[in-house]
Amino acid sequence: MPRLSAWMIRASLIYLFTGFTFGALLLYHKGIPISARLWGLLPAHIDFLLFGWIVQLVMGMAFWILPRFSREPRRGNVGLAWLAFALINAGVLLVGLAPLLGLSPAASLLGRFAQAAAGLAFAGHAWPRVKAVGTG
Amino acid sequence: MPALTRWFIKSSLLFFVAALILALALAATSLWELPAFVRALGPVYFHLFLVGWVTQLIFGVVYWMFPKYSMEKPRGSERLAWAIFWLLNAGLILRAVGEPLNTLRPDSGWGWTLAISALLQWAAGTGFVINTWQRVKER
Repeated sequence: MPRLSAWMIRASLIYLFTGFTFGALLLYHKGIPISARLWGLLPAHIDFLLFGWIVQLVMGMAFWILPRFSREPRRGNVGLAWLAFALINAGVLLVGLAPLLGLSPAASLLGRFAQAAAGLAFAGHAWPRVKAVGTG
Repeated sequence: MPALTRWFIKSSLLFFVAALILALALAATSLWELPAFVRALGPVYFHLFLVGWVTQLIFGVVYWMFPKYSMEKPRGSERLAWAIFWLLNAGLILRAVGEPLNTLRPDSGWGWTLAISALLQWAAGTGFVINTWQRVKER
């Protein structure tokens, strides 16, 4: 698989582990109370698994398997895909960790902005690669 | 496709259907007086959908399609992969039963089901990361 896919998929596995760990702590606490402060992990649990794990894995797989072009660069605008990788991770970390670290709500908003920009960058990369066999 | 992938995908389809039926039941609570048990199933619905369906489908497809780990062990540890399947499903089913019971009767001793469910699902997720990490290879 291409380097960017490997990076995205490895990052998604890290989020899977971290998100499952936070989720396990929350579920355990729901059954056998440990500390009410654990509920502070909820935003990170949700964002790490939805965007960090699932969305990023899908982006990594799409970068890998979508049709390539017959001429270089075979995967089109790779810079946009790398930008999406940087933005999605910045966004997930900001949204997930801002409440935990006591940052201003503006940090969460900035994180959502980064996630939206990641979506835009990735769509811009992938759009021309969604094509019929033998064209382009 | 390998036998384990078939188990993952068929199990994920069952959770998909179960999650959608639960969504229907939860929506119906706004129209009709349904048992309190149903109203307590909100978190179960999300997790049947996102863990039982989406994540489990991904587990099955990744186990099948990712680059080979080695010639001798193309899919990593098969024993660990089967353990992941059983841990994930047992954990999720335990949650689906235990969470509404614990919500409705917090002092009735059902809390242990959630604690065990948490450990089982965490072990499944961790096992998947371990078994998959070395199959993520740059070419």
